Amino acid sequence: MAAQTMFEKIWDAHVVREEADGTTLLYIDRHLVHEVTSPQAFEGLKLAGRTPRRPTTVLAVPDHNIPTTDRRLGIADPISAKQIATLEENCRDFGLTLFGMHDVRQGVVHVIGPEQGFTLPGMTIVCGDSHTSTHGAFGALAFGIGTSEVEHVLATQCLLQKRPKTMMIRVDGVLSNRCSAKDIILAIIGKIGTAGGTGYVIEYAGPAIRALTMEGRMTLCNMSIEAGARAGMVAPDEQTIAYIKGRPMAPQGALFDQAAKAWLALRTDPGAAYDRTVELRAEEIAPQVTWGTSPGMVIGVDGKVPNPKDMQDENMRQAAEHALAYMALKPGTPITEIAIDKVFIGSCTNSRIEDLRLAAGFAKGKKVAQGVQAMVVPGSGLVKQQAEAEGLDRIFRDAGFEWREAGCSMCLAMNADVLQPGERCASTSNRNFEGRQGKGGRTHLVSPAMAVAAAVEGHFVDIRTWS
Amino acid sequence: MQPFTTLTGLVAPLDRLNVDTDQIIPKQYLKTIKRTGLREGLFFDWRRKPDGSPDPEFFVNQARYRDATILLTRDNFGCGSSREHAPWALLDQGFRCIIAPSFADIFYNNCFQNGILPVVLKAAEVQALFQGVAAKPGYQLTIDLAAQTVRTPEGTTYRFDVAPFRKDCLFKGLDSIGLSLQHEPAIAAYEKRRKAEAPWLFADI
Ligand code: SF4
Repeated sequence: MAAQTMFEKIWDAHVVREEADGTTLLYIDRHLVHEVTSPQAFEGLKLAGRTPRRPTTVLAVPDHNIPTTDRRLGIADPISAKQIATLEENCRDFGLTLFGMHDVRQGVVHVIGPEQGFTLPGMTIVCGDSHTSTHGAFGALAFGIGTSEVEHVLATQCLLQKRPKTMMIRVDGVLSNRCSAKDIILAIIGKIGTAGGTGYVIEYAGPAIRALTMEGRMTLCNMSIEAGARAGMVAPDEQTIAYIKGRPMAPQGALFDQAAKAWLALRTDPGAAYDRTVELRAEEIAPQVTWGTSPGMVIGVDGKVPNPKDMQDENMRQAAEHALAYMALKPGTPITEIAIDKVFIGSCTNSRIEDLRLAAGFAKGKKVAQGVQAMVVPGSGLVKQQAEAEGLDRIFRDAGFEWREAGCSMCLAMNADVLQPGERCASTSNRNFEGRQGKGGRTHLVSPAMAVAAAVEGHFVDIRTWS
Repeated sequence: MQPFTTLTGLVAPLDRLNVDTDQIIPKQYLKTIKRTGLREGLFFDWRRKPDGSPDPEFFVNQARYRDATILLTRDNFGCGSSREHAPWALLDQGFRCIIAPSFADIFYNNCFQNGILPVVLKAAEVQALFQGVAAKPGYQLTIDLAAQTVRTPEGTTYRFDVAPFRKDCLFKGLDSIGLSLQHEPAIAAYEKRRKAEAPWLFADI
């Protein structure tokens, strides 16, 4: 048989049938559901008199609207409350597993899937959320879908898909001290652009990728969508298997051993061809900071805000001018001179236990700068519990960070956590779009280490040399 | 879903790159549990001035474009989140066709699910259309899905690609879930075979 990429192996294993033009009826193994993109899908099912085909493949959780302050007080916003109640009702009506607001397992949908062992290698995994690409860290084919497709998967356990193209992104070498997966993915997006991955599924490979922990791989795959890609993937290895072993929803015993063998065989065959290959050197990646209103508008912390006048492409120049006006930044300003008002450590990109351990390591014994408001929002109730068991909450609190309940929070500011107009935020989330964290708010995407250092100093600093 | 056959309509220009779904419809509108009534959220932050009054510069507020059914825009339209609220809001405003040099993947898929035709034309062709719209109030295009063409008032015809299966579903306004359910025997056969190969995929959560 011809040499195949990991993507091709997984895709081929999920083809139910193909139309003459290549449109494929693709089988979906697992489906994550949250409150924002599902109500209309459930309504559609009910109106058509349909029921979920395999209810036991669905895991539902409220995360986007959920308050990150004391939950016992309930949800102040009646419209948010209604959306969450609707999710609970739909799960009850259709017999779906739900981690409700008061369940310790509740959290951001892309944090809890891997945490529970719901996410497994070789699977097709979907969710009505673009950051579903996160789950590709396990060597799964995981991608975001719209609400009509949520309904389609519920009803048929399948999706109609066109086969995407394949891209290999190889990162050789070793990352600089204190640089992380977040810096790798921001550097990649800076290089290929926010539409560079459109139409592709990306496989990340090379020694610098292998060296990442599972958490790091999730951060990496999470932001594949910001490069326009359908999905990002990392081939499973021993580390993947060790991470999954023993998790509540993972296979156990002999079934686990059988599965683990199959997972290791998923990796790309030698000589398999990709439609496009991109290469980077890890040593050349500085800690990254975005300066504009799209994740591709990014530069190393040792750089300066670029001058749109130097840009060749007319469209890019206009977009950069517009972005700098919105961000209130002058060309030529050193990144380290940009002062911030708020710091957000959280989101499905960087809110796992490892992120919090690392951030706490930098926050220990320090104080958040005067005038800066900083908050830490764990990715799930279990991450929060673990962090508290390790005393990380104390370190953050002592340093002046707020310690919150799990949820999406200021990643998209659908709950009460928002930037005020003109406020500038160092954020570990994944999108710096206009208004993403609040109307008129200005977002700079960074790694957790860079966010802590910015909180302490009140402006960006180069984490490689920060003491 | 409403079928899409041919459409002759007014064109509204949105001359921006990388328009993301947060811009198309901001988060405060995502709390709805309905598909309809999202028009007022469309381009929310752009259609109003800081004091909340309508911005006369923005196209949806201009009489000239009020009845537009075709949106003309730039590269990577619809990037960002997977929210189908974006096409719902565009549809609620009356748009049935969007023309751009490129679209974000999920948004592109979501359009077809809602009877909206996303048309990819070459950057130079899009540029020519922008010039046409600017030059002539009441600028209309005719989109012919069967022929896969966009015809300008000047008589120029541009061809576009669309996957045959998608085209057929949109042309007939087919319910894609109903279509997939017709393949129930194939789905069941797949499950049986796959369960034998990879039983852990069928363990209940
Ligand atoms: S944390 Fe942010 S990006 Fe992730 S699912 Fe929530 S809103 Fe989306």
